[in-house]
Amino acid sequence: MKRFIGFIKKEFYHIFRDRRSLFILFGMPIAQIMLFGFAITNEINNVDIAVLDHSKDATTKEIINKISASKYFSINQFIDKESDIETIFKKGKVKAVLNFEKDFSKNLIKDHNAKIQIVTDATDPNTANTISNYVNAILIQYQKELNKNITISYQIVPRTRMVYNPELKSVYMFVPGVMTIILMLVSAMMTSISITREKELGTMEILLVSPIKPIQVIVGKVFPYIFLSIINAIVIVLLSIFIFKMPVQGSLFLLGMESVLFIITALALGILISTISATQQTAMMISLIGLMLPVILLSGFIFPISSMPLPLQMISNIIPAKWFIIIIKGIMLKGVGMQFIWKETLILLGMTIFFIGLSVKKYKIRLE
Amino acid sequence: MGISVSHISKSYKAVKALKDISFEVKAGELFGLIGPDGAGKTTLFRILTTLLIANEGTATVANFDVISDYKNIRKSVGYMPGKFSLYQDLTVEENLDFFATIFGTTIEENYDLIKDIYVQIAPFKDRRAGKLSGGMKQKLALCCALIHKPKVLFLDEPTTGVDPVSRKEFWDMLKRLQQKGITILVSTPYMDEAALCDRIALIQDGKILEIDTPQAIVKHYPKQIYNVRANNTYQLIKALNTYKHNHSTYPFGEFVHYTDSRLNFNPDDLVRYLESKKLSNIEIEKTNPTIEDTFMELAK
Amino acid sequence: MKNNKVIQVEGLTKIFGDFAAVNAITFEVNKGEIFGFLGANGAGKTTAMKMLIGISTPTSGKANVAGFDVHKHAEDIKKNIGYMSQKFALYDDLTVKENITFFGGIYGLSRKRIKEKSAVLIEELGLEKVANKLVGALPLGWKQKLSFSVALLHEPKIVFLDEPTGGVDPITRRQFWEMIYKAASEGTTVFVTTHYMDEAEYCDRVSIMVNGKIEALDTPKRLKEKFKVDHMNDVFLKLARG
Repeated sequence: MKRFIGFIKKEFYHIFRDRRSLFILFGMPIAQIMLFGFAITNEINNVDIAVLDHSKDATTKEIINKISASKYFSINQFIDKESDIETIFKKGKVKAVLNFEKDFSKNLIKDHNAKIQIVTDATDPNTANTISNYVNAILIQYQKELNKNITISYQIVPRTRMVYNPELKSVYMFVPGVMTIILMLVSAMMTSISITREKELGTMEILLVSPIKPIQVIVGKVFPYIFLSIINAIVIVLLSIFIFKMPVQGSLFLLGMESVLFIITALALGILISTISATQQTAMMISLIGLMLPVILLSGFIFPISSMPLPLQMISNIIPAKWFIIIIKGIMLKGVGMQFIWKETLILLGMTIFFIGLSVKKYKIRLE
Repeated sequence: MGISVSHISKSYKAVKALKDISFEVKAGELFGLIGPDGAGKTTLFRILTTLLIANEGTATVANFDVISDYKNIRKSVGYMPGKFSLYQDLTVEENLDFFATIFGTTIEENYDLIKDIYVQIAPFKDRRAGKLSGGMKQKLALCCALIHKPKVLFLDEPTTGVDPVSRKEFWDMLKRLQQKGITILVSTPYMDEAALCDRIALIQDGKILEIDTPQAIVKHYPKQIYNVRANNTYQLIKALNTYKHNHSTYPFGEFVHYTDSRLNFNPDDLVRYLESKKLSNIEIEKTNPTIEDTFMELAK
Repeated sequence: MKNNKVIQVEGLTKIFGDFAAVNAITFEVNKGEIFGFLGANGAGKTTAMKMLIGISTPTSGKANVAGFDVHKHAEDIKKNIGYMSQKFALYDDLTVKENITFFGGIYGLSRKRIKEKSAVLIEELGLEKVANKLVGALPLGWKQKLSFSVALLHEPKIVFLDEPTGGVDPITRRQFWEMIYKAASEGTTVFVTTHYMDEAEYCDRVSIMVNGKIEALDTPKRLKEKFKVDHMNDVFLKLARG
């Protein structure tokens, strides 16, 4: 036990004396969260739009007021005829035009059906899509208010996309993904680098020719990173709660336990990488290409899995990050408990045991 | 018995690194493995320290078999690899403390053994190992290898890249350690260090050329060596190499070491020959062979 | 005869912060001489040599190498010297021929000249069979002989060797020194830094640096006589230990 503590002490010396790895450890999570939260965002704010109102009645006025009152849009100008739409887009002054049909109010009351056209500038498809979603959301909200006063209501508008993130805040979608990336990066890459560094320095030779057991070396290497990864997970959750006002719906304890499980998965992968690479550089390349890219591309973090081609969907199943993202999205955004995520947890646990088994089997007690 | 090696062979893919090596090191002996880079010294060290498995042959260290009893060997040997293998970002004291801990001991417990060496680096104990000079690093590495009081000490090229002053101090330290009953196997590419060992094995291309005491090895040299000197060393070497009775000609510091193929060699003949080759200031005198002469004769 | 001095150094000094790594050294090296430049780790050898080969500017003092001033014409110095170090010699992943062509090209040799030179060089070293093999696959001794020849490719006035023969087997080492003698007899000055004293014994003259200063400079024979010892190693020990 004393041996083991001595080993861990040494690991902490390494970590705290290496500015570069300290930066990766603590700078990265904060930088990434801020980057995804503020800079890379799907949100829109004060987008200039134009209005072409053919009816100019009470209802359209009310809707226009609602829209201009929201912080997402500001009404840049009113236009009079259809042909102006193209002109105004060409000038690039507005991103969208709301086109109310003639007799909007009348149609709504009489037929329960009034039409509004949302014309968006789709040169930037993401923004166009978001704008139309936002306008829709405002319209639905307005409809609901209308229906409240009128007792009968048939208006059922299924818009599942917005249920757990009614304001469509992209940071809510990014937090689980960023947390996954960070835990993967810190745990897998840093462990594999720190083990291969000993190989490169030649200290692994001395450690092998000593009574310290391989398992002690591995656990000693991994332990500090479990600790640091947990701190990172906490920092990320705190940042998202306090800076981005993101509510965590589910149990924090469950979130913590699931994170620890995922950290261990990532560490096991890190050990596995270190057994197959001889230099720090190789370890880093394998971690970045073999782990980071799949996490970003195939885990459903940025691109929805359901819209991937079938082969990629199948591949995504073997990526631990996919399951972890499902789990933490469930806990953070939906507030679900174990009964809804036990399957994913079990898959992750199975993977972890497999990776640990494999890396123990691959770990060499000699040099070749 | 300190170390016993019997018919060890080892290959890496197509390269035969060690070819049927056998030798024994008695307990308490200071044994030198002398040979150039690529002779197989490091491979042999790794087999004996249980880091590699030989393709053929058996070996024991401190009476433990290197394969079946590797755990016991790892407890009872100290190993200093060829490359400086300590943690550069840890201080002198932290390194020593770390190695003491993983061997389940403390600096205080075995301080006697390392005291002589440690006092020399103690003034720098808070300095990071990476910032030490070559000689200091080597002393620290030796302390770390000794901290658990090993029965057998393996030192792979400990003096490579170290200046003469530090080298001398290092060999003095090894002598003192030997007196404390530690068996030492040391390798070096520098022939002049061979004389400091009790016995040596000359090794080249994975084969042992000879094993004996340095004195005996030198005594076995079959010829009389002459120191030859002239006004132009390069012309002298060329002339000697083309002399019909030349057995061997090697530049050797400020002289050329020459041996003649005849038994009744008369240096005056050679002087005349060299003069005919327009060399002047010719000096020829008998000299004693060195380990290096023997090595070259055997490797020829 | 002033032209005979290919290296002239006077009061050469390099100061890092408040530490004088090289402290006012003065010496001369003759054309065709094999000059040993010795010193313990940290005595200032490397710093001094870097100034002589024009990659480090002296704090003060004068130095003239191959006829050029180190302050003003460092680039000309580089064209007129060869350099070989144990740490970096040749590219392991290029073949023997490719290495020769590459280094010949660096020193501005014409393609025709490179072709002639490399044919001669390969024949002299007996490398015909491995001319198209990767340098990484050659034994250490061959590599070092090859890299010495490559350093001489552009016929420099002076060749600087930084610990050239560490770890090489004794016979190859002799062959290496024969090559050095040959180069010197053809008029190339050879400047060798080392801390292996047996290597020092091969030199015409040696200087020994201790703590940034040259404490001794003479032929190995006279140094040994002066200190009444049999080996250069003991000369060094006496000097370095004060």
